[in-house]
Amino acid sequence: MATIYVDDRPYEVDPAKNLLEECLSKGLDLPYFCWHPALGSVGACRQCAVKQYRDENDQRGRIVMACMTPAMDGARISIRDKDAVQFRAGIIELLMSNHPHDCPVCDEGGECHLQDMTVMTGHNYRGYRFGKRTFTNQQLGPFINHEMNRCITCYRCVRYYRDYAGGKDLDAFASHNHVYFGRHEDGALENEFSGNLVEICPTGVFTDKTLKQHYTRKWDLQTAPSVCAHCSLGCNTIAGERYGQLRRILNRYNAQVNGYFLCDRGRFGYGFVNGDRRLRQPRLLQDGESRPVSGAEALKRTALLLGRQSRVIGIGSPRASVEANFALRTLVGSRNFFSGMAPGEEHLVARMLHVLRGAGVRTPSLCEVESADAVLVLGEDVTQTAPLLALAIRQAVKQAPRRQAMQLRIPRWDDAALNEVMQQQKGPLYIATPAGTRLDEAATQCFRGAPDDVARLGFAVARALDATAPPVRGLSREERAAVQAIAGALRKAERPVVVSGSGCGSEAVVDAAAQVARALGGAGTANLCFTAAECNSFGLGLLNAMGTAEAFQRVADGLVDTVVVLENDLYRRVGRASVEAMLASAHVVAIDHSATDTVAGAEVAFPSGTFAETEGTMVNNEGRAQRFYQVFVPQGEVKPAWSWLGELAQAAGRTELTGLRSPDDLLAALGRAVAAFEGLPERVAGASFRVNGEKVPRLSPRASGRTAVSANVNVHEPKPPEDPDSPLAFTMEGYPQQPPSPLITRFWAPGWNSVQSLNKFQAEVGGALAGGDPGMRLIEPVANGAAAYTDEIPPAFRRRAGEFLVVPLHHIFGSDEQSAVAPAVAQRSPGPYAALSPEDAQTLGVQDGEFVEIELDGGMFQLPALLMSSMTVGVLGVPVGIGSLRGVDLPARSRCRRV
Amino acid sequence: MAYPYVHEREVRMISRNFGDPAARTLDGYRERGGYRGLERAFEIGPAAVIDEVKASGLRGRGGAGFPTGLKWSFMPKAGVKPHYLLCNADESEPGTFKDRELIRWDPHQLIEGCLIAAYAMGSRHAYIYLRGEFFEASQVMARAVEEAYERGFAGRRILGSENDIEVTVHVGAGAYICGEETGLMNSLEGRRGEPRVKPPFPAAVGVYSMPTTINNVETLAAVPHIVEHGGEWYRQWGTDKSPGTKLFCVSGHVEKPGNYELPLGFPMMELIEDVCGGVAEGRSLKSVIPGGSSVPLMDVEDCRECTLCYEGVEAAGSMLGCASVIVMDDRTNIVREVRRMVQFYAHESCGQCTPCREGTPWMTQVLRRIEAGRGTESDLDTLLDMSAQMTGTTICVLSDSAAAPVVSSIEKFRDEYLALIHGGERVEVA
Amino acid sequence: MLTQDERNRIRAEAAHYDHPQAACVEALKIVQEHHRWVSDEHLKEIAALLDMSPEALDSVATFYNLIFRKPVGENVILLCDSVSCWIMGYEGIRAHLKEHLGVELGETTSDGKFTLLPMACLGTCDRGPAMMVGNELYRNLDNDKVDEILARYRHPSGA
Repeated sequence: MATIYVDDRPYEVDPAKNLLEECLSKGLDLPYFCWHPALGSVGACRQCAVKQYRDENDQRGRIVMACMTPAMDGARISIRDKDAVQFRAGIIELLMSNHPHDCPVCDEGGECHLQDMTVMTGHNYRGYRFGKRTFTNQQLGPFINHEMNRCITCYRCVRYYRDYAGGKDLDAFASHNHVYFGRHEDGALENEFSGNLVEICPTGVFTDKTLKQHYTRKWDLQTAPSVCAHCSLGCNTIAGERYGQLRRILNRYNAQVNGYFLCDRGRFGYGFVNGDRRLRQPRLLQDGESRPVSGAEALKRTALLLGRQSRVIGIGSPRASVEANFALRTLVGSRNFFSGMAPGEEHLVARMLHVLRGAGVRTPSLCEVESADAVLVLGEDVTQTAPLLALAIRQAVKQAPRRQAMQLRIPRWDDAALNEVMQQQKGPLYIATPAGTRLDEAATQCFRGAPDDVARLGFAVARALDATAPPVRGLSREERAAVQAIAGALRKAERPVVVSGSGCGSEAVVDAAAQVARALGGAGTANLCFTAAECNSFGLGLLNAMGTAEAFQRVADGLVDTVVVLENDLYRRVGRASVEAMLASAHVVAIDHSATDTVAGAEVAFPSGTFAETEGTMVNNEGRAQRFYQVFVPQGEVKPAWSWLGELAQAAGRTELTGLRSPDDLLAALGRAVAAFEGLPERVAGASFRVNGEKVPRLSPRASGRTAVSANVNVHEPKPPEDPDSPLAFTMEGYPQQPPSPLITRFWAPGWNSVQSLNKFQAEVGGALAGGDPGMRLIEPVANGAAAYTDEIPPAFRRRAGEFLVVPLHHIFGSDEQSAVAPAVAQRSPGPYAALSPEDAQTLGVQDGEFVEIELDGGMFQLPALLMSSMTVGVLGVPVGIGSLRGVDLPARSRCRRV
Repeated sequence: MAYPYVHEREVRMISRNFGDPAARTLDGYRERGGYRGLERAFEIGPAAVIDEVKASGLRGRGGAGFPTGLKWSFMPKAGVKPHYLLCNADESEPGTFKDRELIRWDPHQLIEGCLIAAYAMGSRHAYIYLRGEFFEASQVMARAVEEAYERGFAGRRILGSENDIEVTVHVGAGAYICGEETGLMNSLEGRRGEPRVKPPFPAAVGVYSMPTTINNVETLAAVPHIVEHGGEWYRQWGTDKSPGTKLFCVSGHVEKPGNYELPLGFPMMELIEDVCGGVAEGRSLKSVIPGGSSVPLMDVEDCRECTLCYEGVEAAGSMLGCASVIVMDDRTNIVREVRRMVQFYAHESCGQCTPCREGTPWMTQVLRRIEAGRGTESDLDTLLDMSAQMTGTTICVLSDSAAAPVVSSIEKFRDEYLALIHGGERVEVA
Repeated sequence: MLTQDERNRIRAEAAHYDHPQAACVEALKIVQEHHRWVSDEHLKEIAALLDMSPEALDSVATFYNLIFRKPVGENVILLCDSVSCWIMGYEGIRAHLKEHLGVELGETTSDGKFTLLPMACLGTCDRGPAMMVGNELYRNLDNDKVDEILARYRHPSGA
């Protein structure tokens, strides 16, 4: 700790930080542009100038840039000094000289860092009387709108996109006051994290194009803390609604999870909430015809199906909350509750949970992955399955070179200097997958092989790390060399991490990752990171559900009268024939937010709320239980799934759910019923939680349209809806200050209207949120739980003539069920394909784009061939969730022929 | 005398071969005493070389005037990491034209200087960064380097010693800012020539992040002479604080513009009146820019007592810079020339720092307005305020350079500004 | 398409450096030697040869005054417009060139012979006004001298 004096007041600070960070951390206002807590300092904009004095007798001082000056013990600075104030106002005036002042028509208006900083510096009279330079904008794809005239040349966009996120197609062009930020030519930004430009850009150059289509000012959005529903990482978001439409997703900082950033699927995948595939009214299927009915009618029908004599089973869902799943489990009984995950995935999730809970290894948070100094990825294309994990790994590879650079006494925050020293060096990252991945470019070495060979490589690394691990026989010379290199790098690292998951569908790969983590030793070191397919896969996994396949078996065996399907399109889980058999031989009641094929085939369907219309808890890949809150009251008869389940039970005269009338009730019961959830209910800010006796408002105090908002329908003012289920209110009334961290509905502070106001919500800049980051880890390793090594090592993959191993290939845009129908995401989704190595294509005699036929699970699929030079020979990749190929457990063997 | 103009008061040391094409070949250079400095350097060893250069008091000729020997001593001890020597031949400061001449007349002198400097600092690679516009000079230089390699004066085992030093000529592509040493390093790496934030300084983190020293052509050209004859010998010229000789690039309104190598401390008026034959066409002197376009303007009063050494020009309110003396006669429109200079900086700003990127074009426009007779007196305050905002506040000194002529011209030639502002036209000074 | 010779030269340049990117300015100049300017297509090809993205290469290319990303004439005239040349009569020369060629600064003559560009100090201030045509430097310009020089480039055979 060090003491600095700001305007003669002493502050205790961390000397490893710079003056700007420390001033902001202490709550002092100091304007800035080019600095960003995640990007560090480059000292280009010159906005954060302060006066620095040599000692207390120094009266003159000199102007320094706070972001480039270490917070050294004894430093004396002044923010209020006249020269510094004038200088900062002068910088704003210069920045504004070419800015178009088009705030009224700018999407950033009202949440613009440039606006805020302009007001903060006091600059208000424009001296510039000349023409402004203008630029031509670019079409940057469905996510990002480009308006270069607003640019103030802070360079944050390229520093983020290129240096931080590893993007290649955005750069700075030309020089002097014609510097242009964009692509080489028009086209969609290719990087999977481009959406963060919206928050990185301090003004309206890069804005959210999906928001533009139904634009609303920040202060008119009704917002609530949410959790991303599009992969297993559980990034924290703020979702915003107006007039019944979800309008945008912003990042909600959580130092342990997503930090400052989201992936583009998470940010732009919300469109399904407003989509025309939504189910907004209950439906009945009668004589082959589906018709909308009232809730009462649907319940009446369902009452018969769920009667006491009826044999009812429930099929849960990895995309439904733990509360909804638990409500179903409670209704049907735990022996009649099935996970609803695809059988392969279900098995892998169980396996991963078993490893994480019993094997003495700890799983890191995303933040901890970022600080890893050696990473081994086994089998998982993380950019596609858990995108933000890839972003974290991109930061991890900078750890080792950065540590070296810091030996030259360059501070951690000095991004400009660190970049010079690190040049393009990367720390150890090894990737073993069946096909090439987007992370390969950051990797030290990549290894291609069938899942079994990926696993064997992992097992061999474990053996190289620990001689008591079982050996792997028959490795090639290259494999042995790779094993030595990987083991060497992991051993040398202070914080090695192994990353794997269910992505390639292989239990051996999961086991191998666990084996490596075990061999690295040390319970307590966070070194094994798994990802699963969906947002609540792990939460569902913790509910000890029965296997999905058994549900179908029971129906086939005639042991079931009624099946209640919770938010699950079964066609994505098992083969078409199985689902159709179930629909034919049992009464199926489906509850879902969208009209899936399962909904279409169900006898009764109830419309449930999406993540934005309900609240609940999801458990992410790290075992972190996180609550998402309802954003708005849905139109029509849409209700939370748990609420429908309660009504179903009541209508049928069943008592299982009696007394469980809210998410809080369900969570409390869950905490009592399932050990893994013990303690969680007490940690969640439930419906009765109040701050100073008040609820937390979802609307900002500046929200317009509070009155006469529905005058076109009725001049009588409707009463604002009440929210009995959460501590949030659907109004602007309530606790006016900063709420506790799990209940942050928006980032705003006086004078700070943009997302940069986040500084005011953190205990210290770049650190945890004040009061701690939300969420509770449910999975911690058992003490002394070091499990034995497995010796179930698969034999090397051998291709059989005329036959392929079909593996799943994931796509950030298209593979996730919910986001895939969001219009912006759909535009970026690839079509169906069968990816082949050029060698195999030659053998088959197919050219790129020509059709091949494969046979899987009894079905024949014709797909256009996609020649992929990185594809393992003998392996064929098909895109997950895209096209007609679904409900097939992969990997699987298949013949393949040219059509 | 052949070289455009030569004057008897010159001390022709580094310019001794100007106008003598035969000196361009290695043999020609050897015949004129060349490469003796290198031989002596190898005899006395690196530490002694640095000591000689320190003793000579040689100051960097690129403009800043930093003591060369001291700069060399900042380099870490030669170790595992490669060290680099960079020769800054990106001469583009308006008013400066000495490095081009040093290269095209005497390329081996520069190569010798580079070899000695590299040897002294344990660097095994010297880059000579030439600006893209120097087509002829780059060809001369490339030929000379090739010859040096062929004859064992560069590359492996130089002169049969154990010393390996590679010499590479790198030609830029037109950007003034690459003359800034860290901008040059970025450019050399094939990047945008944006100056880097310091610290870290090049001696710690330079080109390819390795320890690097960067010296001007003229500085390195003096090194062989200093090493051959000793630091004390060099001090027989110049002043105590500014020892040695210096090339003065005189341009503008004089009878005999050109390069003159004179001992530092030479009186300004004698340079103009005597050496350069006086103001052209018998006009009278109005103003002098003594060190290239980035230093403050001087009026006649300032020039009278001014001696041309670092401390002498500073005492006269300006800076010696790279000793590029731009002479302006009484017909010169000061506002227009100042505008031209600022416009140059506006175009050559790299665009990183706000004050420079936005301030230089703004100032240009204000000056244009004044020039056009549409200015107001408050414009002068605007210019001075902006100059203050642009001085000492950016990553490199480009914006300081743009501000210097503005501030000094308003100070010294305010009446010309006022004449334009009030009369709508410039008032001819009788 | 780049010629084989261009490709070979670019590869040879890149081989001098640890990071092929270091050769990128040189590579752009090689292509310019052949084609006078760097088209988008050529830019992409060079980028691929040097393992850079087109954006990264264009970012560098657009930074430098002597890399042309728009078509230029057979002869590029770089007219020094720095302070010493101004003092020595730059404006007259500029007016003369513009009139003689019938173009503004930054433009190319309709016959494609000349492109007229202003250029930062050419470093020959004692002999201003000065200009370069292609790689040749011309100094102490006056109107007659300009006419004579341009005539030589118009009729290279020396009629």
